[in-house]
Amino acid sequence: MKPYHRPVPKMWWLKRLPYFLFVIRELTAAFVAFYCVLLLVLVYKLGQGREAYEAMLVFLKTPGMISLNVVAGLFVTYHSVTWFNLTPKVMVVQIGEERVPGYLIAGSNYIAWLVVSGVLAWIIVAKNVCPAI
Amino acid sequence: MANNTMSFEVFRYRPEQEDEPTFQQYDVPYNSDWVVLDALNHIKDEIDGTLSFRWSCRMGVCGSCGMMVNGVPKLTCAAFLKDYYPNTIRVEPLAGFPVERDLVIVMDDFINKLKAIKPWIIRNQGEERAIEEGEYRQSPAELAQFKQYSMCINCMLCYAACPVYAKEQDFLGPAAIALAQRYNMDSRDQGRDQRQELVAAEKGVWECTFVGECSVVCPKHVDPAGAIQRGKAASTVDWYKELLLPRRGGTK
Repeated sequence: MKPYHRPVPKMWWLKRLPYFLFVIRELTAAFVAFYCVLLLVLVYKLGQGREAYEAMLVFLKTPGMISLNVVAGLFVTYHSVTWFNLTPKVMVVQIGEERVPGYLIAGSNYIAWLVVSGVLAWIIVAKNVCPAI
Repeated sequence: MANNTMSFEVFRYRPEQEDEPTFQQYDVPYNSDWVVLDALNHIKDEIDGTLSFRWSCRMGVCGSCGMMVNGVPKLTCAAFLKDYYPNTIRVEPLAGFPVERDLVIVMDDFINKLKAIKPWIIRNQGEERAIEEGEYRQSPAELAQFKQYSMCINCMLCYAACPVYAKEQDFLGPAAIALAQRYNMDSRDQGRDQRQELVAAEKGVWECTFVGECSVVCPKHVDPAGAIQRGKAASTVDWYKELLLPRRGGTK
C-alpha cells in the first residue's frame, strides 16, 4: 500500500468562515492580555503618585490610545460573547430526562455580566457625585 | 432533448500508476432528487469504472460514504445535487486521513482510537452481575444522560472537520472521546477511571481547542465538541479532587 498524505495548507483557516472566526476568537486573547497589562500599569502609576497617574490618564486620552482601546474593546467583547454562548456545551444541567435549554445557561452569564457592570457603574457614578463614598 | 448536466471534479489517486493525486472532471446528468453518491455511482457505472469509493446503506445510517464535498465533510448520500446546481461539485477524500486510493482513506488510526478507549461496559471486580440476577435496571433519565453520544455512526466527518486532527494525528479526536463519554455516563458502567488515562491526557481532551466544527458537521447530532468540553470539566474536577483529597482516591 502506498498511502498519500495530503499536506495541510498554511492558510487553512482562510478556506472556510467557521475556521476564520475560530482563529479570530483565539486572537482576542492578545487583547485581553493587553487590558491586563494596562490595568497593571495603571495600578503601578497610581502607586507612583498623583502626577504619574494623571500623566498616564493624559496619555490614555490621546487619539492613538483611544483608537487602540476601541479596537481592543471590540475584540474583548467578541471574546466574552463567544465564551458565554459556548458555556451550555460545558455546563450541561440535566433535570430528569430533560436538559436545561442552552439559552438559559448562556443567558445567566449575560445577566451576571449586567449585574456586575451595574454595580461597578453605580460605584463610579456615586463616587463622582459624592467622592466621600 | 436538452438534458441538464452538472460538472464534477473528482480526486483521483492510483498508487500503482502515479505518485501524486490528480483531479478528473466528469459531466453527470442532473436529477433534482439525486445525491452526490448517486452521481458517483453513475460515474462508476456509466463513465469510468475505475473510480473507487466507499458506500453502503445510502440512507445516512452506516457512516461509510463520508467525503469532502466542496471542502465540507459530508455524507455523500445526504448531499443533494439541487443544493449545488448549477455549480461544479468537487469531491475529495475525507481530510486528515491518508489516501489509499481515489476517494478511499486509510481509517486504521480511527479504528484503533475507538478500541483504545474501551467501548464496553466495565464493572468493578466482584460487582459483575450474574445472569441469574437479571438485567441491569436503568431509568429513562439515566438513559438520557448518554443516549446522544451513543448515536455515533463512526462516519469520521468530525475528524475531517477538526483542524487539530489535521495537524496532530495523535489527538484522540471527537468520536473516540464522545464514545468514551457514552460509556462514562452510562449508569451501568464503572470504568471511567480506566478510560481517563487516555481521555484526560494531553492528547485526549486537552488537545482540543473547541473549534466546534466537529459538532456542526455531525450527521447524527452527537455533539462531540460538547462531550469533549464536559470531559475537560470532569478532568479538572478530578485533578482538584486528587490534589485536595488524595486519600479518597480518584484517578491515578
